[in-house]
Amino acid sequence: MEKGIILKVENLNVELEGEKILENLSFEVKKGEILTILGPNGAGKTVLLKNLLGVLPFKGKIEWKSGLKIGYVPQRLPFIKDIPMNVEEFFKLKGAPTNEIKKILNSIGLKEEILEKKIGDLSSGQFQRILVGWALTSSPQVLLFDEPTTGIDIGGQESIYELLEKLKKERDLTILLVTHDLSIVYKLATNCLCLNKKMLCYSIPKELTPERLSQLYGGQIKFYQHSHD
Amino acid sequence: MTDQFLFSLISGIFIGGAAGFLGSLMLTKRMALVGDALGHVALPGMGLALLLGLDISFGAFFFLLLGIFLIWLFEIKTSLPTEVLVGVVFVASLAIGFLIVPKLELLEALFGDISKVSFEMALISAVFSILIFLVVNRIYPKMILANISDDLAKSEGIKIKRQNFIYLLSIAAIVALGVKIVGSLLVGALVIIPAATARNLSKNLKEYSLGSIAIGILSCFCGGLIFKLTGFPAGPSIILTSTFFFLISLIFKK
Repeated sequence: MEKGIILKVENLNVELEGEKILENLSFEVKKGEILTILGPNGAGKTVLLKNLLGVLPFKGKIEWKSGLKIGYVPQRLPFIKDIPMNVEEFFKLKGAPTNEIKKILNSIGLKEEILEKKIGDLSSGQFQRILVGWALTSSPQVLLFDEPTTGIDIGGQESIYELLEKLKKERDLTILLVTHDLSIVYKLATNCLCLNKKMLCYSIPKELTPERLSQLYGGQIKFYQHSHD
Repeated sequence: MTDQFLFSLISGIFIGGAAGFLGSLMLTKRMALVGDALGHVALPGMGLALLLGLDISFGAFFFLLLGIFLIWLFEIKTSLPTEVLVGVVFVASLAIGFLIVPKLELLEALFGDISKVSFEMALISAVFSILIFLVVNRIYPKMILANISDDLAKSEGIKIKRQNFIYLLSIAAIVALGVKIVGSLLVGALVIIPAATARNLSKNLKEYSLGSIAIGILSCFCGGLIFKLTGFPAGPSIILTSTFFFLISLIFKK
């Protein structure tokens, strides 16, 4: 693998239950990038993340730099609230020692008292942070983040991306981020992959023109690009 | 207190505790149903064992393995939901069991009988219950994670099918032991009710799993005493005791 490249995807094709989900996807990710994966509902964004994680079958080639550790932040965990479990126990499922858990809480901006709290009693914003923290235990070099589409208040949404930016600097992370939120793309991303079953563009955010976006979303929505200096 | 009753109580306490612990991992609807149905699947095996003069737990375990295998095979052959397949295997077993089990022993097979527990049986129950406890304790965090999310568990390198298989074998083993105490119709309750009760009362996993064990033990102990004092059949006494605890837990639900 060439220098600096940590992920290479070539001719990725995914078919689930007879339906084509992803077609001929090829791209590369360099160390330290924040790649946002953008696309409408059903575009195959989550499937792509799961392929990169190795939990769904695919055709083609996905090659990670060897020895790399990957942390995964799922979109949602609908069943977790039914389980009587506190935050500390959730971290312990991963075998994390208490002092590491405390360090992580500190860096995701939560107090130690939260360890005793039942997962089901957390606010959606707190839960989102806990999921990020959970993915960070075992110190991965890459973070795969699947944005929740619902359930997070706007204040919470804003700060989770600030948090990601901070964590990226602190831990020298490479981040692959699935999102709907265009402002995140302009603010945070170093690269952007537009996906609607096929790859429609792979560019830096500034090149993400309204024409490309309307092509991506089928022209039904209007987009306004803010100016960034 | 006679030695015989002491042996019954010891068997009940160990099996009840291990069954409660196993039940605490039945977090999904599907799993709870499997636990309940497996008791019935044991019935033909118990009948066969009675006819051949073998230990009924032995026959039950053999048929449970067969039942699990059949459900697995049907799952590959069709895309029907597992609940349907479990249902088919479960009623068919009940019907076959009813034909095979000798009429005199039918009630005992369906509702259990602790009045014949020997020293050896008590010892075997205790040893196997502890073994089951140790196995389940080992897969516990992985099973919890798999219950939360398949993907999350897989991304942590957990082999979910393997863990599920070990778990099913453990259920088969505890059901095979439990049918002697409460019979094949009630054995599912031994697994499900203590965990349901503990879930109402606990705010973390530790309380939940220890609570399930404690309520399992307490139900078998109190049910056993009721049997001794009143002469009511032991199986129903045990299950009604645990149901009583469950009702109480609804009042203190957290």
